[in-house]
Amino acid sequence: MISAVKNETKIKCDNVNFYYGKSQALHDVSIIIPEKSVTALIGPSGCGKSTFLRTLNRMNDTIPGTRIEGSIKLDNVDIYSRNVDVVTLRKRVGMIFQKSNPFPKTIYDNVAYGPRLQGTGSKAECDSIVESCLRQAALWEEVSDKLDKSALALSGGQQQRLCIARALAVKPEVLLMDEPASALDPISTSKIEELIYELKQNYTIVIVTHNMQQAARISDNTAFFYMGKLIEYGTTNTVFTSPAKKQTEDYVTGRFG
Amino acid sequence: MQLHVVKEIEYIREMIISMATIAEEAVRDSVSAFLSLDSENAKKVIGRDCEINSLEMNIDKEIFECLALKAPVAGDLRFLFSMQKINKDLERIGDHAVNIAQSALNCIGFGNSMATSEVELMSTLTRGMLSDTVNSFIKSDTQLALMVLKHDDKVDELNRIMSRQVIEIIRKDINTIESALELLRVSKNLERIADLSTNIAEDVIFHANAKDIKHHSGENSKAEKSSIE
Repeated sequence: MISAVKNETKIKCDNVNFYYGKSQALHDVSIIIPEKSVTALIGPSGCGKSTFLRTLNRMNDTIPGTRIEGSIKLDNVDIYSRNVDVVTLRKRVGMIFQKSNPFPKTIYDNVAYGPRLQGTGSKAECDSIVESCLRQAALWEEVSDKLDKSALALSGGQQQRLCIARALAVKPEVLLMDEPASALDPISTSKIEELIYELKQNYTIVIVTHNMQQAARISDNTAFFYMGKLIEYGTTNTVFTSPAKKQTEDYVTGRFG
Repeated sequence: MQLHVVKEIEYIREMIISMATIAEEAVRDSVSAFLSLDSENAKKVIGRDCEINSLEMNIDKEIFECLALKAPVAGDLRFLFSMQKINKDLERIGDHAVNIAQSALNCIGFGNSMATSEVELMSTLTRGMLSDTVNSFIKSDTQLALMVLKHDDKVDELNRIMSRQVIEIIRKDINTIESALELLRVSKNLERIADLSTNIAEDVIFHANAKDIKHHSGENSKAEKSSIE
């Protein structure tokens, strides 16, 4: 078991095996994810990194025929135990997807949707939450004068930041990001990366990325997956300057993958 | 795009080997020129220094472009980082060889070199260190690189002996001061070549093992060296 950056443990995975039907996608994955840090998951296509990401908030439950073994603990509580409410879990562990998916609603309503579902009735409270989350997502300055406009009218980068604001509105503790910037232009990507850097002061972030320079830029720890196995996990500094495993060295230097 | 890094790294490696070969020849010829008062060899060394300087600039340019355009990481990054330093050290070795050659020409002008057994021993040790360090780079042989580090103290000691000898020589006959000072100059330049050879050996180890053992007389570096042996 390797723990990289020395913060408190937020998520602890022990001997996780995951199956899509008879096909095993994850093999004996054990990893500790520290709180208030950015952990990058890298590896070639099909290596299991997105599958692993989705186990952290049980999004794989929505896929028929899947099965998991081992334990995944959030704040020392097994998230796959029977008394865990997945809705509450997914509020605590939010997810941002590769393709931004704002609701077909106004910018304001996108962010207020979650809190309203949770019972936040007063407009003043909603206003406060919307502004706070849009500011945290570095979007407030750009949209404050058009909160009643459709979210679908925003640019790709803005939509993605809106999705982050929407996730923040329900006060998560962990943010899972599956290639959040891969569909964005370099400037939007840069804004997302700056945002991630700021967010990690208050949130634990796990990000899947194919962009190794991005992983090197923004993450504290990096986990390299290959064919469903966790090959190496360490500080990003170590993984990108002196990886312990030859497979990791070959992957980060582009000799395969 | 990453595969091109392999080609560029190989190209830089070949250039460094070329430069190291010329530097070794320069030290060999300059020492020979001093010991034998051979002006032809001395002039050859001085004339060839521009080759080393030109290579240094080309290698610097290649490394710079590789870093800027290829964003290398891990072993590739350590390689380029080490090559940048080795490049500089080899160029300095070339300069010291020129200094020794210049001393040879000056002594030819005086009619004698005052070459002592100590300076001959120093030159043998120094050339050996340089040869071993270049071989350690070519073969990525960290054990050989470690051997280079062990000889540096001996060269330093010989330099100190040379300094004392020169003082005695001048005391005995003030008229020998010019030749004696050239002897001191050669000794100092050989000592610097030995130091630069150890620098290169340290960079070979850093590239191979990601271990920084600079200033290797320190306790931390001693522990690092033990882990490599």
